[in-house]
Parts: sequence; C-alpha cells; structure tokens
Amino acid sequence: MSDRALEDLLRRCAPQVLGVLVARYRQFDLCEDAVQEALLAAATGWPESGVPEEPVGWLVTVARRRLTDLWRSDSARRRREEAAAIDPGEAVDLEAPAVDDSLEMLLLCVHPDLTEASRIALTLRAVGGLTTAEIARAFLVPEATMAQRISRAKATIEAGGAVFTLPDDVRTERLAAALHVLYLIFNEGYTASAGPGLTRVDLSAEAIRLTRMLHRLLPDDGEVAGLLVLMLLTDARRRARTDADGRMIALAEQDRSRWDHAAIGDATALLERTLVRRRVGPYQLQAAIAAVHAEAPTDADTDWRQIEILYRLLEECTDNPVVTLNRAVAVGMAYGPERGLEVLDRVAGDERLARHHRPDAVRAHLLDRLGEHEQAREHYRRAARATLNLAEKRYLEDRARRAGSAATPPPDDDLGA
Amino acid sequence: MKYLIIMQIDPAVLESLTEAQGREIEAGHGRFMEEITRTGEMIGTQALADPSRSAVVSVRNGATTVTDGPFVEAKEYMGGFYVVDVETPERAYELAAMIPDAAIEGLAIEVRPVVFTSGFGLTEPEAS
Repeated sequence: MSDRALEDLLRRCAPQVLGVLVARYRQFDLCEDAVQEALLAAATGWPESGVPEEPVGWLVTVARRRLTDLWRSDSARRRREEAAAIDPGEAVDLEAPAVDDSLEMLLLCVHPDLTEASRIALTLRAVGGLTTAEIARAFLVPEATMAQRISRAKATIEAGGAVFTLPDDVRTERLAAALHVLYLIFNEGYTASAGPGLTRVDLSAEAIRLTRMLHRLLPDDGEVAGLLVLMLLTDARRRARTDADGRMIALAEQDRSRWDHAAIGDATALLERTLVRRRVGPYQLQAAIAAVHAEAPTDADTDWRQIEILYRLLEECTDNPVVTLNRAVAVGMAYGPERGLEVLDRVAGDERLARHHRPDAVRAHLLDRLGEHEQAREHYRRAARATLNLAEKRYLEDRARRAGSAATPPPDDDLGA
Repeated sequence: MKYLIIMQIDPAVLESLTEAQGREIEAGHGRFMEEITRTGEMIGTQALADPSRSAVVSVRNGATTVTDGPFVEAKEYMGGFYVVDVETPERAYELAAMIPDAAIEGLAIEVRPVVFTSGFGLTEPEAS
C-alpha cells in the first residue's frame, strides 16, 4: 500500500473511530487525543505489519488502550472517578462498528459555542484526521497557537456536554454550520496566496474529500450535493486559473481547454440529479451558476441572462450584499453596463461593504465598458489598494493599466457570496 | 486573518510617565500576551530599540551608504508590534484596545491587515 493510500485510509477511519469512542466514553477531549495517537501508531506500524482486516476495529482497540493510559496519568479527581465507572480495557471487539458516526463527529465540531476559526481547526483534526502541525502550517500560524486553539475548542465542547443525539431543529442548524465550515476550508485553499505552497496541506482537496463523505452519509440532502458540485466545478478550473508566473487569470480569459472537463461532466450530472428532486438552497444556486459558466465553450457563449436569474434567486434566500454585486455584473453583461450600474448603486452604500474592494472593482468594470476609461482606472486602483489578496491586487493593477485599451472581462464571481 | 498591531511611541510621553505607570504598562503587556496566547490568537511580538539605534542603508550606482538615525525624523515612531490571527477586524480592534498604551494620551495603537506571511517558522523550508 502506498503512503498516500495508507494516509487516505487512516483519515477515512479517523472520524469513525472517534465516533465509537465518544459514543461510549463521552469525553471528547481525551478520546480525540487517543484517536490521534492510534492513527500515529497505525501510520508507523502498518507499513511493516500490513493493514489489519478491520482497520477501524484495530484503531478503536488501540485508541481505547491509549485512553486507559491517559486516564491513569490524569490527576484530576473528576476524571479518575469517571474512569472508575467505565473500564476501557474491557473485552475488545475487533469488528467494524455497526454505525458510522462520522456525521455526528462533524456536527459536534461545529458547536455554536466555538468561533469559526476553532470550528475549522477542530473539523480538520477530529474529522479530517490532520495533525495539529499540518493544520498550523496550512493556516500559517505557530503550532503552539493552533494546539491552544484546538485544545480550547475541545474543552468548550466538553463543557457543553458532547451530546450527539441532537433534536431535529438543532441538527438542521448544525448541518448548515458544517456546510459553511467546509465552504470556508475550500475557499482558504482556493485563494491562499501566502507562503511557499509546496508543503502546505491542500485545503481545497481536503474540503472536497470531507464534503464527499458528507454526501455519502446524506445522499438525499440537496444542499450537501450543491456544495460538493460548487467545489468540484470551481476546482475543475484550477489549472487555467493562473499563468506560468502564478498570476491570476480571470474566468473570462481562461483557456477553457485546460479545464478538467471530465470533472465538470461528473459534477453537472450530480447537480442535475439533485436539482430535479429537491428544494433549492444557496449552495445549489451557486453550483448552478458555476455550471452555467462551465457549459459555455467560450466566454462569449456565457448565458448571462440565466446567471442573472440565478443570482436573483440567490438574493431571495441570503441577505448578503456581495450577491447583489455579482448580480450587477451579470445584469451588465446581459443588459448593458448602464443597467448594471443601477443595480450596483442600490447596494453600494451598504455598510457591510464599506471597506470591501469589490464595489470598486465592479464599478470599474462597468465604467470601462461604458467607455469611461479614466474613471474606470481610478476605481480599479482603489480596488487594488483595498484588497487583502496579493494575486487579486496584481490583477486589479493590471486592469487599471489596461483600461480602455483591451477587452474588459467581467470580474470573477466572488466566492465569498 | 492576520493583523499587525503597531505600538506608536513618543519617547517624550514615555519619559514623562511615573515609575508606577511604567510598571503598570509592563504588567499590562504581560497580561495581554497571556490572554492572546490562551485564546490561540498570538503569532508573535517584538519590541524595538530606540530610533537613535536605527541606520538607513541605501544603494546608489552600486555603492552602499549607511546613515545613522531613522528614515523619517518624527516625534512618534514604531516602538514594537504584535502579530495576531483573529476572526474579524472588530476582534483585532478589541485586542488593540486591551494594550495599555491605547489608554495613554500621546501614544497610539495602529492596526493593519497582513497580506503575506512567510518564515517565522510558520512555513516549512522547501527541501533542499
């Protein structure tokens, strides 16, 4: 078995093993530590001994032994008392667990008492099976900082009681929070601009892996499928998104032959299967917009009227001014820049966009198309100064230089919608 | 998102503080560091020497000149900084307000977003 295959297997097992332990012993914090150590033991031992027939069973057994050790060494009286009540050293069953509690583990990691950053870190560790060091590197923070964040998050969950039989309404909320966390992990990987990329964990791939897992566990949930399709379609454009020097290429100017058309085919087929059957939510709508782009053989073939309609539906189900900015672009493309500016003016004063670079980027594009090149340049420069993403800054500076002298491709839809 | 929290210092203001005030500021920074370490928001901090220890290095036509003193002659200068990793700009401002200097007339805490990070042990060096 290759290193990569072994790692994939271990990380697939991680939330299942944790699920078994938490279901039995409740103590999320210690159980999670024990699982990490069991994964480490497997990663070092299996290449020599071979993969056991029941990997999950093996890991549960080792994690339980480790848990006993952790209990013994833990001096807190409360924990000693609880340890006395349940003996993890009891007879061991080496069978795979009857239920897969990976979903429950994910819903636990997005506990409402946690900050978003903590939910992300804990999800990657407890559900994704990444080590603290890997997560720290992915977010460019010191390992000690990440370790502290994770251990605080675990303590918070434990204080709230690691309950995982949730009432339906809570469950619905938690699932929405989990989708948002996966979406943020994907975006972090997709827009990462800092540091040498070589040794960083691929967060986009990790988000896709976890969303696939979620889709497997909840095949009938349209929003889970929608998020997966959105990620797959966005990721399919990855190779065409930057030039040889790593500079950003806007969707409109990408070489579409470099898109991963097999992945696009699979993703749109999945989208069609889910759209037909289910109530449409924000992730499905964003996936549908990505699909309209994916279907166009060239930028000029893009069905902007369709995109405009989809953004209008998206506006109805979210209260996010960025959606309206995206719609302004679509209106501009479908019905002319004057109409686009009308939509933009309606949302430009929104306080939530006050320090955002995007209203200027959209205005610059629309003005450029109107022939107001000087004004366009000024707004491109303003947008370039305000953005916190270096690749985007370079792109906008370049647009400012080219205003009036070249085609004026629409700014990409903001993934932060 | 990472922010640089800059302590803008006026030496004359610092010199006019009483000893007790000075000690209180030091203790306040200690408490601040403890707090952001506990919350998992601390990336690092450094305090800088007096600007009289600064030197400006410039290269013109291949020749290097080193001039003593800061680049800009000013009353205020950067005395040190914290780098924090926080969820929102509001949280960065909240942290900035916890730094004792923020409460002293004539000193300032400036907060600016970080857009690129490398080194500081945050990234693994590429295999050579």
